[in-house]
Amino acid sequence: MKRRLLLLVPLLIFAVLVVFLYRGLSHDPSARDSAKLADRFPAFDLATLDDPDRRLDRSLLEGGDDSEGEVTLVNVWGEWCPVCKKEMPQLQTLADRGVHLVGVDYKDTRDKGNEFLETYGDPFAVSLFDPKGSLGFDLGVYGAPESFIVDGDGVIRYHHTGYITPDDVEQVILPEMAKWR
Amino acid sequence: MTTMIPELGSYSLIMALAMALVQASVPMIGAAQRRPLWMAFAQPMAWGQFAFLALAFLFLAASFLLDDFSVAYVAHNANSMLPWYYKLSAVWGSHEGSVLLWALILSGWSFAVSVFSRHLPRDMLARVLAVMGWISSGFLLFILMTSNPFSRLLPNVPADGNDLNPLLQDFGLIIHPPMLYMGYVGFSVVFAFALAALIGGRLDAAWTRWARPWTNLAWAFLTVGIALGSWWAYYELGWGGWWFWDPVENASLLPWLAGTALIHSLAVTEKRGTFKNWTVLLAIFTFSLSLLGTFLVRSGVLTSVHAFANDPARGTFILILLGITVGLSLTIFALRAPRVVSASGFGWFSRDALLLINNILLVIITVTVLLGTLYPLLLDSLDLGKISVGPPYFNALFVPLTALLCVFMGLGPLARWKRMPGRELGKRLALSALAAVVIAAIVPSLYGGKWNLGVSVGLLLALWLVLSLARDLIHRIRPRHEGSPGRWTALKKLTPAYWGMLLGHLGVAVTIVGVVMVSNYSAEQNVRLGPEETVEVGGYRFTMTDFNERRGPNYLADTATIEVVPPGRHAFELYPEKRFYQASRMPMTDVALRPGLFSDLYVALGDEVDDGDWSLRIQIKPFVRWLWLGALIMAAGGVLAVLDRRYRRRTAPRAAVTSSPEALS
Repeated sequence: MKRRLLLLVPLLIFAVLVVFLYRGLSHDPSARDSAKLADRFPAFDLATLDDPDRRLDRSLLEGGDDSEGEVTLVNVWGEWCPVCKKEMPQLQTLADRGVHLVGVDYKDTRDKGNEFLETYGDPFAVSLFDPKGSLGFDLGVYGAPESFIVDGDGVIRYHHTGYITPDDVEQVILPEMAKWR
Repeated sequence: MTTMIPELGSYSLIMALAMALVQASVPMIGAAQRRPLWMAFAQPMAWGQFAFLALAFLFLAASFLLDDFSVAYVAHNANSMLPWYYKLSAVWGSHEGSVLLWALILSGWSFAVSVFSRHLPRDMLARVLAVMGWISSGFLLFILMTSNPFSRLLPNVPADGNDLNPLLQDFGLIIHPPMLYMGYVGFSVVFAFALAALIGGRLDAAWTRWARPWTNLAWAFLTVGIALGSWWAYYELGWGGWWFWDPVENASLLPWLAGTALIHSLAVTEKRGTFKNWTVLLAIFTFSLSLLGTFLVRSGVLTSVHAFANDPARGTFILILLGITVGLSLTIFALRAPRVVSASGFGWFSRDALLLINNILLVIITVTVLLGTLYPLLLDSLDLGKISVGPPYFNALFVPLTALLCVFMGLGPLARWKRMPGRELGKRLALSALAAVVIAAIVPSLYGGKWNLGVSVGLLLALWLVLSLARDLIHRIRPRHEGSPGRWTALKKLTPAYWGMLLGHLGVAVTIVGVVMVSNYSAEQNVRLGPEETVEVGGYRFTMTDFNERRGPNYLADTATIEVVPPGRHAFELYPEKRFYQASRMPMTDVALRPGLFSDLYVALGDEVDDGDWSLRIQIKPFVRWLWLGALIMAAGGVLAVLDRRYRRRTAPRAAVTSSPEALS
């Protein structure tokens, strides 16, 4: 009898899979609360994508002692990520609307990252190069693309998992940016 | 008369559905109740279904050739300026037509089974064809209810069509989908055999011997199909990549991986009578992955370069189809799989054990790729957002697991069934292993003077495979004793099945060489070139000697003439193009390629930078042809194995089949 039950295992696994596939069909991508909300942006020390000798750290996002920094949208992307290519026009729109964007080229090679920006446009004020994914790990990203809104004090205020759709630009990102200004 | 063609097409589809429903039910009941007349329905229904689907396909092709833009599918996927051969391939250029092709190929396989396996026991044949009838009924219902390619745009008939997606106006597309579907759908045969054996309660070695040639053939088609897809992506997409771990590529790789495991597990079950439940489960798993692939591509749940029109109703329908087919077959498996544990044991280094390891590794690889492919979907349905899992994940797991698989692949062919002392196996392989290590360590430093660990390891694995096969071949044809036949006679006596195995494994080695060389030694440079300017990349000198505009049948093109002077050889010319397709208003890059067995030269025209200056992407791709050459060799191995004489022998009386003495040979 026990052995017979064991034979049911493939069927059960398949049933669970079907439930997921069904939900996937009807599902709309939506944002999710992040564990990192209201935390300080993690410390990092990374070179920029275009210049291996220029290293940046957390002060990039926090401003100086007497002045507040800008509200920034940090976008984690990679050349290997097809969804990121689709996201670039939205990021460009945001940049055109005056949003300060910082890119994190996640688990990529320098050549491919630079080539990606050449091909799809570069909306970023600066791009950090994170080949080992250490900053991505500290940020708790699952993959790419993911975006974080960081306020003038360097505190994460909003986490957008996945692709920013054209609708998200007006309905989610810009209002969120305004909220923390 | 010609105005009626689409209606005749719809009518043929309905006839095919009616026959599929009869094929799915009557023979199955007949087999259960032992009614010969009912069982005899299976074959004629399969023939009729094939005939009507072939007609439907011809009618659709005729609608394209006659530019009947009142048919919505034609209007969306063709244009009066499209050359006739692309009009023909546009038949399967988009959703509706490719599902029709799927159904046609399925009925083609049913037809082939009903002809070439007609000597099977009557009830077995009836059940096999009935199971294939289930699948066919499901897909024909899907076509008629959600994706009829003959739907009309009446009364507002467009004056001209939207044209076929320019990416698909290419020779690669003409043959890639049919090959791929031959493979995908071909696995339905072994699936049907497994279910028929389960339902009939005869889960012995016999069904595996009947199913093996079909499985090998389907696997060979799938191999060619995947290779064609990779080749097409390489020269058509203009990036010079050959594998992107795109969800749709994965959808074709998954059944291939499971099918590879299945081919080996079928061999064990046939020869040794073990792994019975496992083989059945794997047969179900393989075809389920084919269906899952179809679902992923057709429903648009995953983001992919292969963006087909997606309509939620279609996705739901295929999901229901997938749920019923796989759910039902797994239920039958749970209820009917034999309880007995296979009694015969085997030693650690026996071929049985090595094949078990092969199966476990292949299934782990399959599940890894499956998880990576579905992960974005799982996250999405748990409200965790949309995400791409990219090459970093797949490469990190796929490459080491495949390397491990290769280690065992080298051992397998040299081991004996049941018992194999580890020491003797070691003795047989010591020389090959040593030679592989030495050559692999030296060769990469001879090539371009750059020693590279990845290349060394890759070559080591490839050499390990090739040399151990060579060792086995030499050993097999060596004269055993005085007066035994000479080498040449012994060579001729080797069976096609053996040669099939040899080629299959050799193909893997060739592909591995291609992968490591092109991944590590490719050179790439983006340059800016004006008229009469010269640039040097990787020892080649490139000069833009001319720049023209020309008019193709349905596009305008900017063509650069690039004179290339390779080191120490004669100059030749390449013509990279930037095309603009008028009807669909899409620009396309047409890559200029200089293929070579050891190196490809790849030149893609980018955009105009300033007046007269163009950006060019120049790539040198060493050994890239080996990727696809290896796949062709593997596929040839699969076909050769089918030619083995013992598959063509008429089926022995039933009693003899169950004990199958020759199966141990």
